[in-house]
Amino acid sequence: MHMSDALLSPTVGVAMWAVAAGTIAYCSSKVRKELDDRKIPLMGVLGAFIFAAQMINFTIPATGSSGHLGGGLILAILLGPYAAFLTISSVLVVQALFFADGGLLALGCNIFNLGFFPAFIAYPFIYKKIIGHKPTPAKLSVASVVAAVIGMQMGALGVVLETVSSGISSLPFSSFVILMQPIHLAIGIVEGLVTAAVVSFVYNARPEILQSALEARPIGNHPVKNVVLAFLAVALITGGIVSLFASENPDGLEWSITRVTGMKELKGAQEGLHGPLSSLQERISFLPDYTFRKQVEVKPEAVGNQSSHAIMGETKPEDKKTEVNKLGTSVAGIVGGLLSLGVSFLSGFLLKKRIHSD
Amino acid sequence: MRYIDGAVRDFKNLDLLATGETAIHRLDARAKVIVTLVFIISVVSFNKYELTALFPFFIYPAVMMALGNLPAGYMAGKIVFVLPFALAVAIFNPLFDQQVMIQLGPFGISGGWISCASVVVRSILTVGAAIILVGLTGFPGICKALEQLGMPQVFAVQLLFLYRYIFVLTEEGGRASRARELRSFGEKGLSLASYTSLISHLLLRTWQRAERIHMAMLARGFTGEFHTGQPKQFGGRELFFVIVWSAIFIALRLQNIPQLIGTIVMRMLS
Repeated sequence: MHMSDALLSPTVGVAMWAVAAGTIAYCSSKVRKELDDRKIPLMGVLGAFIFAAQMINFTIPATGSSGHLGGGLILAILLGPYAAFLTISSVLVVQALFFADGGLLALGCNIFNLGFFPAFIAYPFIYKKIIGHKPTPAKLSVASVVAAVIGMQMGALGVVLETVSSGISSLPFSSFVILMQPIHLAIGIVEGLVTAAVVSFVYNARPEILQSALEARPIGNHPVKNVVLAFLAVALITGGIVSLFASENPDGLEWSITRVTGMKELKGAQEGLHGPLSSLQERISFLPDYTFRKQVEVKPEAVGNQSSHAIMGETKPEDKKTEVNKLGTSVAGIVGGLLSLGVSFLSGFLLKKRIHSD
Repeated sequence: MRYIDGAVRDFKNLDLLATGETAIHRLDARAKVIVTLVFIISVVSFNKYELTALFPFFIYPAVMMALGNLPAGYMAGKIVFVLPFALAVAIFNPLFDQQVMIQLGPFGISGGWISCASVVVRSILTVGAAIILVGLTGFPGICKALEQLGMPQVFAVQLLFLYRYIFVLTEEGGRASRARELRSFGEKGLSLASYTSLISHLLLRTWQRAERIHMAMLARGFTGEFHTGQPKQFGGRELFFVIVWSAIFIALRLQNIPQLIGTIVMRMLS
């Protein structure tokens, strides 16, 4: 479920970082305002507990595989949404740094998928609604399973949407959804069963823990629903603006070159050393098309003459061809790539040797 | 069980690397955090079919590991361990993207295989950068840097608390898990029922521990802040470090060096 940097475009990564950072800042101020300083050590130690719990496995009957606790929902049940979100985020930060479980740029996505949905959707709108004011063992079990399943489904959908909009993976949206959702349905059910069992146990042993979490009201007149709506709006706007900015710019430039000159790229003298040097200049003067997929909209009225129609009409093969050109008339690119790879490793090796001999 | 012991030991090993005393270790953590982020963004901002232009970026992990005296074998092991996660998604690229992009004599390589290889290289670079950051800075240093760069204090305190108790609780969980495994023969006893009771007891003990910690904190006059060592300065060395590496990354991002070298070499050969 953890996303890695390698499958992410910088636009999606940075937008989700902004959303996660905003939510963390908001939750931090909330937790600070609650003035319950018992929560500070509790959050830290429960985060560490989630680590310990994730390392212990149990065998799932009839499948032979093993499962473990994910932890998002149980933290929300024990700590309330704000403190739970911070705790989940801190666990993900440590996982990203020490276990390389999900990358640093992908941290925003992972915090959103694994923290936002359980803490701000599944807990307040499903778990609490089912529990009502008086928890009973049956209600606790049903609420835990349903909330865990729905939270997990939303998280999985988040992974799919973020991966597809990054465009590094070639998996189409539909295939990816069909792949991810059923797997996470199973994971969600297991997570729900474990959460239900642990919550019931805590309810029997120390009911006051659950009671105090249920009764804790956020300070001020901002129900969780408003918070959710505000953050969805912020996410959509940031994502929209950043991606518009990122995908239009190189496209617009290329499109206008096509329109103005009637050919795909400006051609210079390709002889001798001038070729590589002019390409150097070209690359420094403006960003070579970013990672964003080129989507040239074909509008009938925008197509002026016959020649540009021929270019615009067949975007797909043209795209491929420019990709091929960029990849680098193949052999030269591979030769140079291997050379620079060798130089990189050699410089590290020599540097290390020199330092050690000193 | 061996898995838990291994994970805890691995965690401690990485943490111990940060106690090194090289010039890179002594740099202010903010400089290293910023350079790592610039590096990752430069690497992932490449076109999905870009492969060879990524290779010069290996200069950063190679140089940093040499300067920081980090063990190459250990780092490589950590990177290889997490590669399958990115590969699990990228392996579908060759299936969905079969158009031939490179013709090497009789062999045609499809775009899917190139983008899949690109994902692998990206993974190695980004994961490597993150591990190098921890190995050169240490977790408390990174937290301090992030706090100085604007992270809320409550979250920084949370991260440091979590970090301090991970070792305690994973060892406690490991002991409980070992006891359960020794009492269960084969698969028996590793069921959901015994698991939840074990986890729940661990949770209740954790809760009591938190209450004890809170008492101890009150007794010692905790004001919501951790004090860690002497503060470092963001001075000329740090500025130099950030500017030089960022300039290199941006230059490598804008100019496909391997392409240039390859073209020149091929011209010279022909």
